[in-house]
Amino acid sequence: MVKLKKYNRFLKLFVIFLTLTTIFSCSPKNYNLTKIEGKQIPVAENSAQTPEIEKFIKPYRDHINKDLDSVLAYCPETLDKSTGKWQTSIGNLLADVCLERGNKVFKTRENKSIDICFLNHGGIRAILPKGNVTTRSAFEIMPFENNMVVLALKEEQILEITSYIIREKKPHPLSGMTFTIAKDNTAKNILIKGKPLDVNKTYYVATNDYLANGGDNMSFFAKNIQKYDLNYKLRNVLIDYFKEVDTIPVTKDIRITEE
Amino acid sequence: MKRREFIEKTAASTALLSLGLSLSSFGTDDIKHLTILHTNDVHSHIDPFPADDPRNPNKGGVSRRAALIETIRRENPNVLLLDAGDIFQGTPYFNYYGGELEFKLMSMMKYDASTIGNHDFDNGLDGLYAQMPHATFEFINSNYDFKNTVMNGLVKPYKIFNKNGIKVGVFGVGIELQGLVDKQLYKETVYNDPVEIAQDMTRLLKQEEKCDLVICLSHLGYKYKDEPSKISDLKFAELTQDIDLIIGGHTHTFLDKPTIVKNKTGKEVLVNQVGCYGINLGRIDFYFDKDKAHSNQARSIIV
Repeated sequence: MVKLKKYNRFLKLFVIFLTLTTIFSCSPKNYNLTKIEGKQIPVAENSAQTPEIEKFIKPYRDHINKDLDSVLAYCPETLDKSTGKWQTSIGNLLADVCLERGNKVFKTRENKSIDICFLNHGGIRAILPKGNVTTRSAFEIMPFENNMVVLALKEEQILEITSYIIREKKPHPLSGMTFTIAKDNTAKNILIKGKPLDVNKTYYVATNDYLANGGDNMSFFAKNIQKYDLNYKLRNVLIDYFKEVDTIPVTKDIRITEE
Repeated sequence: MKRREFIEKTAASTALLSLGLSLSSFGTDDIKHLTILHTNDVHSHIDPFPADDPRNPNKGGVSRRAALIETIRRENPNVLLLDAGDIFQGTPYFNYYGGELEFKLMSMMKYDASTIGNHDFDNGLDGLYAQMPHATFEFINSNYDFKNTVMNGLVKPYKIFNKNGIKVGVFGVGIELQGLVDKQLYKETVYNDPVEIAQDMTRLLKQEEKCDLVICLSHLGYKYKDEPSKISDLKFAELTQDIDLIIGGHTHTFLDKPTIVKNKTGKEVLVNQVGCYGINLGRIDFYFDKDKAHSNQARSIIV
């Protein structure tokens, strides 16, 4: 009996000890970060497909493809941006179409006319092949979401555009303006809509928002007096134009000549 | 006397039993494994690149990514799947459906959260708002204030995920919108300084909420070589504290491996980004230990 009592006391202490340990081990304690492993898994050809996902995408893909591949117009010869030193057939087309269609919006909204359209050669991302023209063609030529903007510029900035073209030596799309590169690498005979450059006049120049914000080092656009966003994507300008015409015109007229 | 003896003995056996239980919980269960999977700048690339693509032939594709994620989930169900923004814009899928398919597919893959990239504003706040019903995952951003916009209440400043006992705090930082995104698109969204916001977030997540892991989803961009003063993930990592992992985006940076940066307090923080267009899936595995002996042990980073 005595022995048992002693044992009981020990047991009591042991219970207290256990309870305390249990409480402590159960109290919220954060985990310790011991190891980190990082790697990159390529999503490549050999990866398996997920039939459920494939099935889900299919109707969306089919609809887009049907729409993108529906024929809108016909192109009688391949329009390419790599043929031509100072102008190209595709660049001419693009600048002409933007000037014409942009003008419709600009006239309605501002009651003013666009004088010049100036874009960048690098912005043309594909050729327009001979044959059927589709919405996909417009997506390929103009994958970017650039909006058309019109900038009010003075004579000085028009001159800067000509020196930019001469310096860059690229067939940047240009419409509404013609000039001659003189032997001393300056622009002369500058005509805007057939009329000589007027120091008192404000010119309305259409371009895209990327270039208007100084893209491709076109710093002259920042010196505009006023900026009008037409909220009209260049790609949609093209799509709307393709829908309107039957046969794409091949415009090979010379806008910039060398002396 | 007998009654007392009985109570004492019962108490002892209960204690022994609970000791047994807690002992078992000290076993295998005490090393926890969390897998973070992440993407960034997927830009509506739902289909793989065509075989004749000059840069990325046959790469990417949601269906394949979903299969990879599923395989990893089977291996370790304790996964957190995250995206660092710019889900939108880049293929006709976006032009035609405005991001609906992107959100639906991410929901099918069981993404947990995404932050917001500059291109996610491309159809305006209204365009983003219109797609919200298609997303079952969270949108997390801490430095854009959407209070005076339609997005008010739809973007969380942070979220704490409980992954098998591991408390993971996730917050998000986005890039300065002015000059990058048209004001007509982001409207009254207010951009706040990401470093200042991060201080509040880490104090909340680490000190107050005692998260075991703090992750920042960032769309600030990895690094700006020509604009050293501009905030980037590498700078952000140096100027902040209590962040374990920064999952980045925006600059479409392909890294050979995650970058280890020393933060404000000298601790190591991982910065990762996996390029763009769903070409890669990032994977970071975190192993946690509850054993006291490890408390002050340095963590090993294998990248």
